[in-house]
Amino acid sequence: MTTRWIGCLLALLLLVSCGSGRTPAEPPRRGPGIPAYGDALVVGTIGEPSNLIPILASDSASHEVAGYVFNGLLKYDRNLTLVGDLAESWTVSPDGLTITFNLRRGVKWHDGTEFTSRDVLYTYRVTVDPKTPTAYAEDFKQVKTAEAPDRYTFRVTYAKPFAPALASWGMNILPAHLLEGKDITKSELSRHPVGTGPYRFKEWVAGQKIILESFHDYFEGRPYIDRYVYRIIPDTSTMYLELKAGGLDMMGLTPVQYARQTENSRFRASFNKYRYPASAYTYLGFNLKSPLFADRRVRQAITCAISKDEIVHGVLLGMGQLAHGPYKPGTWAYNPHVKDFGYDPARAKALLAEAGWREAGPDGMLVKDGKPFSFTILTNQGNDQRLKTAQIIQRRLRKVGIDVKIRVLEWASLLSNFIDKRNFDALIMGWSIGQDPDLFDVWHSSKTGPKELNFIGYKNAEVDRLIEEGRRTFDQEKRKHCYYRIQEILAEEQPYTFLYVPDALPAVSARFRGIDPAPAGIMHNFIKWYVPKEERVH
Amino acid sequence: MGIRESWFFEVFWKRFRGNRFAVAGGIVVLILFAVSFLSPYLTPWDPDAIDAYHVLLPPSADHWFGTDELGRDVFTRVVYGARISLKVGFVSVGIAVVIGTVLGLVSGFYGGFIDTVIMRFVDIMLCFPTFFLILAVIAMLEPSIWYIMAIIGLTGWMGVARLVRAEVLSLRERDFVLAARALGASDARIIFRHILPNALSPVLVSATLGVAGAILTESALSFLGIGVQPPTPSWGNILTSGKDYIEFGWWLSLFPGLAILVTVLAYNLLGEGIRDALDPRLNR
Amino acid sequence: MAAYILKRIIAMFPLLLGITLISFVVIRLAPGEPVEAMTAMSPKITAETRQRMREFYGLDKPLHVQYVTWLKKIATLDFGRSFAPDNRPVTSKIKERIPVTLSLNIIALILEFGLAIPIGVFAATHRDTLYDKGITIFVFLGFAVPTFWLSLLLMYLFGVKLGWLPISGLHSLGSDSLSPVAWVVDLVKHLILPVSVATFGSLAGLSRYMRSNMLEVIRQDYITTARAKGLTERAVIYRHALRNALLPVITLLGFSLPGLIGGSVIFETIFAIPGMGQLFYQGVMARDYPLVMGILVIGAFLTLVGNLLADVCYALADPRIRHGRG
Repeated sequence: MTTRWIGCLLALLLLVSCGSGRTPAEPPRRGPGIPAYGDALVVGTIGEPSNLIPILASDSASHEVAGYVFNGLLKYDRNLTLVGDLAESWTVSPDGLTITFNLRRGVKWHDGTEFTSRDVLYTYRVTVDPKTPTAYAEDFKQVKTAEAPDRYTFRVTYAKPFAPALASWGMNILPAHLLEGKDITKSELSRHPVGTGPYRFKEWVAGQKIILESFHDYFEGRPYIDRYVYRIIPDTSTMYLELKAGGLDMMGLTPVQYARQTENSRFRASFNKYRYPASAYTYLGFNLKSPLFADRRVRQAITCAISKDEIVHGVLLGMGQLAHGPYKPGTWAYNPHVKDFGYDPARAKALLAEAGWREAGPDGMLVKDGKPFSFTILTNQGNDQRLKTAQIIQRRLRKVGIDVKIRVLEWASLLSNFIDKRNFDALIMGWSIGQDPDLFDVWHSSKTGPKELNFIGYKNAEVDRLIEEGRRTFDQEKRKHCYYRIQEILAEEQPYTFLYVPDALPAVSARFRGIDPAPAGIMHNFIKWYVPKEERVH
Repeated sequence: MGIRESWFFEVFWKRFRGNRFAVAGGIVVLILFAVSFLSPYLTPWDPDAIDAYHVLLPPSADHWFGTDELGRDVFTRVVYGARISLKVGFVSVGIAVVIGTVLGLVSGFYGGFIDTVIMRFVDIMLCFPTFFLILAVIAMLEPSIWYIMAIIGLTGWMGVARLVRAEVLSLRERDFVLAARALGASDARIIFRHILPNALSPVLVSATLGVAGAILTESALSFLGIGVQPPTPSWGNILTSGKDYIEFGWWLSLFPGLAILVTVLAYNLLGEGIRDALDPRLNR
Repeated sequence: MAAYILKRIIAMFPLLLGITLISFVVIRLAPGEPVEAMTAMSPKITAETRQRMREFYGLDKPLHVQYVTWLKKIATLDFGRSFAPDNRPVTSKIKERIPVTLSLNIIALILEFGLAIPIGVFAATHRDTLYDKGITIFVFLGFAVPTFWLSLLLMYLFGVKLGWLPISGLHSLGSDSLSPVAWVVDLVKHLILPVSVATFGSLAGLSRYMRSNMLEVIRQDYITTARAKGLTERAVIYRHALRNALLPVITLLGFSLPGLIGGSVIFETIFAIPGMGQLFYQGVMARDYPLVMGILVIGAFLTLVGNLLADVCYALADPRIRHGRG
């Protein structure tokens, strides 16, 4: 699946994409049946995709659909190892500066044109073109030269060693023959994409559904499932009822649905449930430009005042892990020795007092320079877990004398009117955790500009240096050293209160066979899923 | 005047009492008032007390209506929610009544050009799907309870204005108004002393129905995520948080849902009862 | 008659102007400049584009000039382009959504009138009986129950538990390959729940109105006369009273529209019906100013047309009106 660019995205629906660590539980209970072509997989989304040209979209719905239509040069396999996708093989020069991709031959675009190195070169060029409004240019700006010596070879050279380079070439490749010389922002491909992927675009009925159908000439073979249908259902309760009534075949369950509403024989007879840690974490981020949070002690105090365990219990019903830093527990970059601030309201009060906040009046609210300690937490609409988290935090902070308001905003509005304008106190959001541990986009001080992802304005010279060091070497031990230290610094400075890594809890209709639960989740072998002929529904 | 008034209330009361639905509605409304004034005494729990380790418990002796998705006591939240729902109902209707009455009085009393302008304004406002206007304003400003009440009021006065105007038109030429005018009473005096008291009854009816409408509007806004904001409990937002659990966590939606249903029903029956009791033509 | 209609159409213009003015003011209430919301979303937008946008909305001019400029644009049905990432013209976005909302609401309206009128008449003729009371409670229940709650309960009952009806959307998957008859059956099945919910919620107002109208008519002199003549009660009610009680109801047709359209936000969201209400909600939440203004104006305009139609019908039914009395 696409990797780091989604990683850059604040993931809305942690439905499928990538995962790692524990292998999902619960194997299918019915017999395997005989693989057959046919049927359709119907999934739901609360938001309509905005743009099916992946580099132009910043919502997870668009990327999910585009992920089936397009391929990258490389991809992650079931064990999260990088393998060739559109590239047959690749070589890295000894100095680590040049990567040569040998492209697969005979790959066809959905319109029948052959895929060649020209497409890769075009995709690279349009991505770094300053006129292209994309959030994914950063990795490719590291490229010094890109060339296509022949139809099936593509070569890039970096000025300095760049560790996330390989992973970055999982980016979806666009068809040059349809886009070159045209304004990509006005292209009809945004609503009618043409790719090389296992599914080709068939139909988009505005506000209702997007239908993809299997591409028979797909280079890895024709997918068994004939159609992939993406239904737009704006209300989550409706979506769940649709799943139960058979109108949807797959859905990410909420913890309550997983633990309490689907633990019955009727549901188990028609669905298989899976559970594995999602590659994402949720955090409370502070606007460091705000005088309220400039003082490190205040941020530490807030972390002390919040019981992460309570949040994991109340919001996730225990189906998740506490987060102490930007990595998933168990991955190589994760530092298990980081000392985080535990739940300790007394210490929170002491830290706040040190920072000059005094209790005033009988209600015990904190005041400094005549101003009460009051701020607003923003979060996005459509994510119930974040709203619940916000309410628990609100309650805990009130206990130490901080008044918190909560405001839920629609995604686009939250981004454009608040985050991009740095017009916020604090927010509860989530990041996907990419497979490469590079932290540049979110934590480097050069990424605090408008539209960039370090929107809390975090600046730490040592972290900057360590991030740069980490991406300039391919030596995993050296990188690990850098990222371990970064986690210690972040734990001390608490620019975010890291909250939790939730579990992904997908349920899939039991008629689908061939699902291979793996560290990468369940969608990695979707083209091998099948429905035995006698159980076919569509 | 004194005799006339006491006679009026006597007839009103006799008729009202005869309407069992209206009486039942009135009793429910009184109970609601009592509940919202006494809420801290009705429950040992704090409406905002989160207990993350006891979420979604079914009703029990401790938690009569169970607990919600954050472990808060649903009974307590519904009881406190009565306050918010009444507040939303009364403040917004108050705004609507004041605006509607003033415009209706002015329009009916002065007539002519002023009347035309005001009535065209009413026509224009009536063309908008009210809920669209409310939605647009709330979402673009911010969903605070004050904005919600203000905008419901600002979009709900048109009916009142028309009623008051019609009443004023019929009263304007009545003997007692003409007499007052002949005696040199000022416009303000005529309006406030003679016309307003007589125009109040249709306003009362429409206000009663308006409270019911405002409660429903708040719950619809809550469903869309822009109603009364957490942690403040309103029936609308409790119901909304329960909508994901209608099957297994039925208590979370059933009780606030019923609260809304019964309250709105009560206000409607009460309003109708008042109207019937006030209507001289419905004399048997 | 033509002169009457013409007069009515001319009278619409000041109202239309007022509608645009109010829509304009509502949007202007929002903090920040519309252009900011737009340009902030695409960082690479050039200063030139920003200026073009400012000019399109005339934001560099005083408010009244801005309003006139905007008015000129919408006179040609140009509502600008949506701020959403798809950046499509607002008019075309609304166009693909209007038929759904309008036909749903017209069906609901027909059902509402078809049910509420007999209900009201029945309640009036059985005044103060148990029937009357039962009907009163029933119609008020429909009004009092929060739409989204009722919808979910019905979806759960008929969709999940009984499995009789589809839960959401307008068509089943693969409905394109059905025969025309099956296709219609499929659509109707999808419409049953949303249309029932919308109708149930709107019964109260009209049926109560009908009831009191009927009661009033029955008390009139000519009804007493008719009775005195020895006509059967049936004949009195249906031949004489009903006709007269129905007349004022026609004017309500137009006024029912805004309520229904407003309510469509809720049931289009919950039933995943891609109509104008859903679009408006999305537009409002995303601060898609051109879209919001477009829908406000068009929504109000539809009501205006509805009112006109209702008035014309009324005039046709009651000759007193078109001769300028009444």
